[in-house]
Amino acid sequence: MTLPLTPSQTAGPFFAIGLPWADGPHVVPEGTPGAITISGRVLDGAGAPVTDGLVETWQAGPDGRFAHPDDPRSGGEAAGFRGFGRCPTDAAGRYCVMTLRPGRLPSAGGGWEAPHLDVSVFARGLLDRVVTRIYFPDEEEANLADPVLRAIADPGRRATLIAAAQPGQPGQPGEFRFDIRLQGRQETVFFEV
Amino acid sequence: MPANPLPGAALDLPTYRRPAGVHPPLDSPGYRSTALRHPREPLVRLPHGLTEITGPVLGEGRVTAADADLTTQHAGEPLGERIIVTGRVLDSDGRPVPGTLIEVWQANAAGRYHHAVDNHSAPLDPNFSGAGRCITDSEGRYRFVTIKPGAYPWGNHYNAWRPAHIHFSLFGCAFTQRLVTRMYFPGDPLFAQDPIFNSVPDAAARQRMICRFDLSITQPEWALGYEWDIVLRGREAAVFEREEGW
Repeated sequence: MTLPLTPSQTAGPFFAIGLPWADGPHVVPEGTPGAITISGRVLDGAGAPVTDGLVETWQAGPDGRFAHPDDPRSGGEAAGFRGFGRCPTDAAGRYCVMTLRPGRLPSAGGGWEAPHLDVSVFARGLLDRVVTRIYFPDEEEANLADPVLRAIADPGRRATLIAAAQPGQPGQPGEFRFDIRLQGRQETVFFEV
Repeated sequence: MPANPLPGAALDLPTYRRPAGVHPPLDSPGYRSTALRHPREPLVRLPHGLTEITGPVLGEGRVTAADADLTTQHAGEPLGERIIVTGRVLDSDGRPVPGTLIEVWQANAAGRYHHAVDNHSAPLDPNFSGAGRCITDSEGRYRFVTIKPGAYPWGNHYNAWRPAHIHFSLFGCAFTQRLVTRMYFPGDPLFAQDPIFNSVPDAAARQRMICRFDLSITQPEWALGYEWDIVLRGREAAVFEREEGW
């Protein structure tokens, strides 16, 4: 039996009624040792901020594992680590998630995937989510071996998937910036999943 | 680098079938807001690895039974036609998706959203916020009590009106299954002029966004009943044979 799928529709401009959670941006509780911040802006094809977007992230824990029955290595995940982040964009198009750095993880085809977060963006004007990935700038060796990055031939396009390190504040070991450009100059690489 | 018990070994992971031709194209000129928001570069095919075949397990502790009744969230009852919306979340192999979070949001009976940027002149209802959530049961079933949302005008083109709908957000059990969609009501005269409904290219697929009136769900002297099943992506066949866990 094969059932035909339910089609996607845009989240529209009013999803803030139902989707944001107070703890959405906190993949780990506030004050978790080793927590990092990833923030950035969502921009449209004219470079204008997308002020009615929703950014969601999904990632492995620091050990590269998922608390999920389909991860054959699951178990022993960090307490309080949800893996999932959700943040609506603000009046400047800005989003932010507080999380732990994901570990490297084995690739389905052998080899290793570099530490990354999968990202979904929803907004008015997006009839289906767009999906991208966030990689880390200080994982050069792992990034070079990553099968998903390697499949993107153009180095300029590949670079749109690497977050930028932000100058750290005392007591904040990791601050990263990742802008998402939906269209045009420096358009972010989006994936068909 | 943390030690890993399977250093670089190929993993036997499920993969999910690709949804060819079902979802609307991101560039849909009839819906003006897509103009500056659709990627121009072709999408890159992402192989399904561990990040894609897993997903968040959400809801327990985040949802109470009361969250599924949008008519009892305030001191008084909202105005409008009371309805029951129920159905199942399935994957395309017909397997129920149990224990998954569903979030809904909608306009009130007058066609107005409880949201700062909705400037439609229709009245707000102090007894209706328009947000609900629930977790599917062991058979993938969900059930909401709400009021039928009204149609409302929008600025896409001259005399543009959105057919009545309820927004649905679903996680399924994997990143690949994440879906945000809308449920429409049968027989709505506004379908023909609506570029969002018609952004779905296949006519049969558009019909799958429309719920079905059901007298057996309807409760006498109380509320009309509608049924709507939601189908998320299923796994590639070989893997379906291998595992029945989810």
